[in-house]
Amino acid sequence: MSMSIPNKAQFDDEKLKEIYRTMWKIRFFDEKVDQFFARGMIHGTTHLAVGQEATAAGSGAVLKKTDWITATHRGHGQTIAKGTDVKPMMAELFGRQTGTNKGKGGSMHIAELEVGNLGANAIVGGGYAIAAGAALTSKMKKEGKVVLCYAGDGSTNEGSFHEALNLASIWDLPVVYFIENNLYGMSGSQKEMMRVDRISKRAGSYGIPGITINGNDVFEVMDATYEAVERARRGEGPTLIEALTYRWKGHSKSDAKKYRTKEEEQEWRSQRDPIKLAQERMIEAGIFTQEEADAIRDHAYQEIEEAVQFAEESPITEPSELYTDVYAE
Amino acid sequence: MREITYLEAVREALSEQMRENPDVFLMGEDIGVYGGAFGVTRGMIEEFGPERIRNTPISEAAISGTAVGAAMTGMRPVFELQFSDFITIALDNIINQAAKIRYMYGGKAKVPLVMRTPGGSGTGAAAQHSQSLENLTAHIPGLKVVQPATAYDAKGLLHAAIEDDNPVMFYEHKLCYKTKGDVPEGKYVIPLGVADIKREGTDITVVATGIMVHRALEAAGILAEKGISIEVVDPRTLVPLDKETIVQSVMKTGRAIVVTEAVKRSGFSAELAAVIAESESFDFLDHPIVRLAGKEVPIPYQPELEKRAVPQVEDIVAAAEEVMHNV
Repeated sequence: MSMSIPNKAQFDDEKLKEIYRTMWKIRFFDEKVDQFFARGMIHGTTHLAVGQEATAAGSGAVLKKTDWITATHRGHGQTIAKGTDVKPMMAELFGRQTGTNKGKGGSMHIAELEVGNLGANAIVGGGYAIAAGAALTSKMKKEGKVVLCYAGDGSTNEGSFHEALNLASIWDLPVVYFIENNLYGMSGSQKEMMRVDRISKRAGSYGIPGITINGNDVFEVMDATYEAVERARRGEGPTLIEALTYRWKGHSKSDAKKYRTKEEEQEWRSQRDPIKLAQERMIEAGIFTQEEADAIRDHAYQEIEEAVQFAEESPITEPSELYTDVYAE
Repeated sequence: MREITYLEAVREALSEQMRENPDVFLMGEDIGVYGGAFGVTRGMIEEFGPERIRNTPISEAAISGTAVGAAMTGMRPVFELQFSDFITIALDNIINQAAKIRYMYGGKAKVPLVMRTPGGSGTGAAAQHSQSLENLTAHIPGLKVVQPATAYDAKGLLHAAIEDDNPVMFYEHKLCYKTKGDVPEGKYVIPLGVADIKREGTDITVVATGIMVHRALEAAGILAEKGISIEVVDPRTLVPLDKETIVQSVMKTGRAIVVTEAVKRSGFSAELAAVIAESESFDFLDHPIVRLAGKEVPIPYQPELEKRAVPQVEDIVAAAEEVMHNV
């Protein structure tokens, strides 16, 4: 076992390659979804995380399968990183019986409790207290599980953020609040919507550690999340991580992006592409060659193609499903 | 059988469930050594400790949301809102999360939680502590809604609510807390969705909920002396609703008065009236359905005004006489 890039989780080179591949899977999945929406093959709406692959892949990698996440409306990447197969995910977006949620949730509600995903939440800030509750179960049942709650910068202005972080703090709950700060809550920039320059400063209100990291550096994401998760697992309570990143696409499918400049977008795409940054670092460290990196990328693409085929060949959700699952028997 | 209060009956069900199942725990404001705003949980922290009687900050959104997360992952949380009016702060977690998670996830999760909260007027607590908002939750698919009127029902229904695998909204009534009734010792379960005929009669069916069950029974006593025989039907649970018992009763009596404390406009009284009107019992009606419900005003502080804002015994008596004389 070689560890060519030192990291706190002690991941070897093979594991780093896997994380690299996860980033490509996330990008290809969301790019594919983008195309399908453009062509009218998927209906409803969707929120893409292209450009934010490192936050999901890096943080998801340090969790155990038995740990929990709560995902956001921009949650495809978080879901993939936690271990849900892309086939039922794509089938869900296509509204198929084989979807993760039998086609009844769609893009914003993908859940798979078997792999520790408590589901994506389309209410901004909706995951904060739910994550605290899952952490409370872990604490009361002494399960040793940690909950990673993904959220966006805009959601930290919700009352639920304050109530849940305070509660998680006073009860020392094993939960990590992971804020993907992509600078905009829909059209509202962080500068316009809050006076603090660092969201991590808000941790001070709850007496918990707060840290701001480069969310486009997958290794930094891994290290910061690992420390927070281990702290939670030791029973020392929550941490607030603010990971700076950028969504390349609009907020949802109908976004003209008038609130930001082309130059800004171009700068993030060309200078701070999280996949490119990881690839350069891994080639430099001798983990793989360019050819090997390309092969991993192509393999990830193939996996998404297979997911599309699976979705297209799956039966649409049965009409009788309209009435099922409203109540547990 | 021994008599205990409604409040003690609620506490007994909570304690019996907690002794039986380690996954059951309580959350709420001041439910620890204080014993809860109305004293329902008094003495429980001494028996079960602070890990299971979890005193929370004043954070209804966090309490309700934490309950959702805990319920999804294997616990059976019961949380208390000090006054049912405060549900507005918790509603996102109730309406958008608890009620929908199972369906949204294609049946791959369950949310077995209970929200307990006292509703209703009559204590002089004014507009923000006296409402009857149960219809906010009865409207939402995925939730069950319980509204016990008696000590016996409170205990048996709360056992059922905690053992149910769905989110259950359990509306207690402040004025019921001190009422006494025969309550068996030990656990018994009253299934959700079964109405109770609290008094049998032949002339008019009075469908009443919550505190209005007591007022309907009192009115029935007065009306009996005037030769009018009232059947009092208590649905006990709004969701699921035992339509069959209501419809059968109306087919027998041919007359129906619906009584709720909640505001008349868009209130649950409209649902109850519609159940009768849409059913086969419609053809048996000798008189239009009468609805007695809260006036379309906030609950006022001044005692006389407060009384006038919701149906009283004399209102039910008058309505019943009117219905009979109009035949």
